Amino acid sequence: MAYVAVTGGREAIEKASELNHYYRLKESEEGLELGSIRKQMRLLIDKVMGEAGLYAPEYAALALKQGEGDPAEAVFLLRAYRSTLARNHVSRVTDTSSMRIIRRISSSFRDLPGGQVLGPTYDYTHRLLNFNLRSEGAEDIRAFMDRFAPAEGGPKLTEEPAFRKVADLLRDQGLMPPMKATLDTEPFDVTRRKVILPASRSARLQMLARGETGTMTALAYSSMRGYGSVHPTIGELRVGYAEVSIADPYGAGDPDDSLYLGEMLVTEVETINSFKQNEATGEVHFVMGYGLVTGQNELKAIAMAILERSLDTEGTAPAQDEEFVLTHIDGLESTGFVSHLKLPHYITFQSSLDRIRKAKGERERRQADTEEEKEDDEQQHEPAVGAAPGVS
Amino acid sequence: MTSSSMNRPSEQHPAFPKSAYNFAFLDEGSKREIRRKTLKAVAIPGYQVPFASRELPIGRGWGTGGLQLTLSLIGRADSVKVIDQGNDDSVNAVSIRKLIEETSGIATTEDAAEATVIQSRHRVPEEKLNGGQILVLQVPQPEPLRHVERKEQITRRLHAEMDYSAIWLTLYESVVKWGSITVGADYPVLVHDRYIMAPSPIPRWDNPKLHQAEHLTLLGAGREKKIYAVPPYTNVVPLQFEDYPFEIEHFVGKSCRRCGSAHTFLDEVTDGETGEILHQCSDTAFCAKTIERRESHVASIQA
Repeated sequence: MAYVAVTGGREAIEKASELNHYYRLKESEEGLELGSIRKQMRLLIDKVMGEAGLYAPEYAALALKQGEGDPAEAVFLLRAYRSTLARNHVSRVTDTSSMRIIRRISSSFRDLPGGQVLGPTYDYTHRLLNFNLRSEGAEDIRAFMDRFAPAEGGPKLTEEPAFRKVADLLRDQGLMPPMKATLDTEPFDVTRRKVILPASRSARLQMLARGETGTMTALAYSSMRGYGSVHPTIGELRVGYAEVSIADPYGAGDPDDSLYLGEMLVTEVETINSFKQNEATGEVHFVMGYGLVTGQNELKAIAMAILERSLDTEGTAPAQDEEFVLTHIDGLESTGFVSHLKLPHYITFQSSLDRIRKAKGERERRQADTEEEKEDDEQQHEPAVGAAPGVS
Repeated sequence: MTSSSMNRPSEQHPAFPKSAYNFAFLDEGSKREIRRKTLKAVAIPGYQVPFASRELPIGRGWGTGGLQLTLSLIGRADSVKVIDQGNDDSVNAVSIRKLIEETSGIATTEDAAEATVIQSRHRVPEEKLNGGQILVLQVPQPEPLRHVERKEQITRRLHAEMDYSAIWLTLYESVVKWGSITVGADYPVLVHDRYIMAPSPIPRWDNPKLHQAEHLTLLGAGREKKIYAVPPYTNVVPLQFEDYPFEIEHFVGKSCRRCGSAHTFLDEVTDGETGEILHQCSDTAFCAKTIERRESHVASIQA
């Protein structure tokens, strides 16, 4: 009862807030530098930005600092901030085939045009704690950088691909259906309108792109493992910088009149799934699954490609159920509702208490009645006087 | 730490730099959308109107639906009361009220009669509300049919066709199994002979206060993205059978340990020392008002 029946809620909140600051800062000489969080917690920043639906590395670093490193808390802060921003523009269709890649792999073909570009990945490093990092200092960093990436003559870290996507190669061979004409229409905005199911494709992709990484991984895993039918091959996984531009607001409406805004790091996954026959044309094609998320978050991009495909299959598995998947993958909604159980619920509980007492009384009364009947039948005695105690 | 000590992080970095945000937090476009959806909800009593639902600085599932309604409704002349479990000083009520105050600068009150907008979780104030007042209820699950049909696409159709057989059946099963209808709070109601509606987890005690009320009741579910309403003078009838009528909670022979009232919804409180179960008004502002009235009455007699 204490945290609500006692007065002083405002004071309690203020003290709790001070305690947060205390626990965040105790035993620290100086505050975490945003720059360090942003640069050295790169993958966490990417995850948080993606789940927040806000590409702002600096604010993501701030949110992580403020939320003591809890990704859910950081996403919450960014989403709330996002609500106050006006939406002024919609970008042009982004051409991911020309993005500057830092990594590109295919698990479908060993030798593919352009080759495998492993790039930054932990996939093939042994996960051993590197105790040297305990004493990593400015000098170590400088020494490494001078050796690996000197100011002049360093390695080329990104590549503008002159090669084509794996999916295009399959299209050339007639193994995948040709791409539909790109429609540069304004997509459904899930932050501005409630999604009514069945969702449009743009709404579905947005919701998947904003989903919580862990939840999506679990659902995709369930589909691969047996609760569903999607177990794809990764045609291509790309991590790189894609250019974003908007229609020139002062332009004459010419579709080529674009304003370049900048580039953003994205992870794109195209999966190849079992083939099917087109009912109309009779053609047999592989079916693609598509995932695109902000930053380098390969796990989520793959999970998205699986779920995107899975939602288009028929079946009773959870990962095939659009409503089940789309209404449960949003981190803000799931964490919000699960944690709301911490709020006092004693009005509803009082109401249930009233009902259980009534039901208990009813049950005891019924039992007493049955026993009386038994006694009547067996011993022909007078019925006992008085019913079981009721609630009221 | 005393209030005069400097360098408190909260003072260095005020939680909410007002100038950086719009009046009542949300941008005007968002507020307009919510008001339009609210008007639709009022026009179709008990019907759940979908809306986009913005993310707020408080948790989803912690009252964001109600809060969006309140933020979209208030003007500078309004006076807002916020309660949680009937209590103005409950931490969540304080948190929500503080956000409203900080983002709008408008007046707040604890007096239900004074407020133009009352945002509440799990209670309708004991004091009768009047025409012109708006009660905003926070809703965790707006769909009364959700526990009989888990899919939204189907419940939408059931409402459209007024196919309510499944929910009636669960009430019947409850009677067969337990000898009474065992629904506690959030007891489903039929609104003006058309839509079955979840009144939010208010106790059954509060259901009659929505029937033919003078005030407007708005219900907002932020996470589920729905707004619905009970306009003034609307029939709100709990689902019931002729031989198993709707019942409110029983507090027979019990009264509030503070104000002595025997006609309010009571919370059970266990005395930490004696282990005795005591009762007190859940509506703390009403309780305080009752005590104040009695004391001023006594004082006037003595004077």
